[in-house]
Amino acid sequence: MLTLTSPVRTWAHRVPAWVKLGALCAWTLAMMRLEGIWLAGAVALVLALAASGGRVFFAHWLGMLRPLWPFVALVALWHLWLGDLWVALRVIARLGAAVGLANAVTMTTELAEILALLTRLARPLARLGLKPQVLALSVALVIRFVPVMLLRYAQIAMAFAARSPRRPGWRILMPVLLATLDDADRVAEALRARGGAG
Amino acid sequence: MERNLTHIALFAALIAVLGLIPKIDLISGVPITAQSLGIMLCGTVLGAKRGFLAVVLFVVLVAAGLPLLSGGRGGIGLFVGPSAGYLIGFPFAAYVAGLVVERWQVQVGVAALAGAVLGGIGVLYAFGIPGMALTLGKSLPEAALLATPFLAGDLIKAVLAALVTQAIAQARPGALLSRA
Repeated sequence: MLTLTSPVRTWAHRVPAWVKLGALCAWTLAMMRLEGIWLAGAVALVLALAASGGRVFFAHWLGMLRPLWPFVALVALWHLWLGDLWVALRVIARLGAAVGLANAVTMTTELAEILALLTRLARPLARLGLKPQVLALSVALVIRFVPVMLLRYAQIAMAFAARSPRRPGWRILMPVLLATLDDADRVAEALRARGGAG
Repeated sequence: MERNLTHIALFAALIAVLGLIPKIDLISGVPITAQSLGIMLCGTVLGAKRGFLAVVLFVVLVAAGLPLLSGGRGGIGLFVGPSAGYLIGFPFAAYVAGLVVERWQVQVGVAALAGAVLGGIGVLYAFGIPGMALTLGKSLPEAALLATPFLAGDLIKAVLAALVTQAIAQARPGALLSRA
């Protein structure tokens, strides 16, 4: 499955995940308080970090900020109306700097590395009954179930198209759900037959 | 044990798929990103504890960088952006929705509707609105105003969640773990 990790290798890929995530936490907390020239500096720093990955990386990074545009437009219009555009600029700069760095961390950290870190962090939960191997298995199951459900959806949509000229829409939600519930039961039986889930 | 595990994983995957399936057009012209329907269903079908775990699993995978949120979004950036409150509220929304179905022993469709509204709308907005207020520099009433356009769609999704839960109760009673 496609992940959000950038295929363009950068120096940041080599930094351990926990260092990047720790720095990100500190950064996000700082962003809530920064003002004026310091905030401008922070935005410049994030831009410089993203640019250090090269042109292709930078373009991809800009693309990942796209979901923020509606909020940016909203905040800008809101404060344009109130006549305090500086407040809008501050809100947008804080948001952009925080989300920008977080996206950069996501883009430079392999999924496997983050999952390994999560497994390590979840180890104390073993005492509460959540074994690490069960966690790992459930992650794998989710990732596998997504294409299985899409396949069931496509199959049932084709069966519908054979019978009706209309688009299937919500009508096939139930059959898809029932088919995948049966799939889940069969996977559970298969797991038990192979010695259980740990 | 194995059955709980596969059903939790299945419903976590269902949330992702509901964000991927392009359109479930209910009223023409109203595009419904059905992802919060998945959150409601996790609670009403799996029950409080399992529903919570399924949604946590989904949210963790989004945070880890899988593009599972509607529109192919994912990564830690979402957790510091305007929708952070909603993401953090997702598991609690499912928990409350599940709790209502488990405890309120009326006909399952009715309980599921109440659970979906209370959890999937009430609890979710209680997390989402402060999240928007904090990240967008707005007061709570202003942020609440920003959330209201989604209310109509979410009410439709709550009704849909109740219908689906009811249908599962009839077609696969064993799969309705919230009433097992």
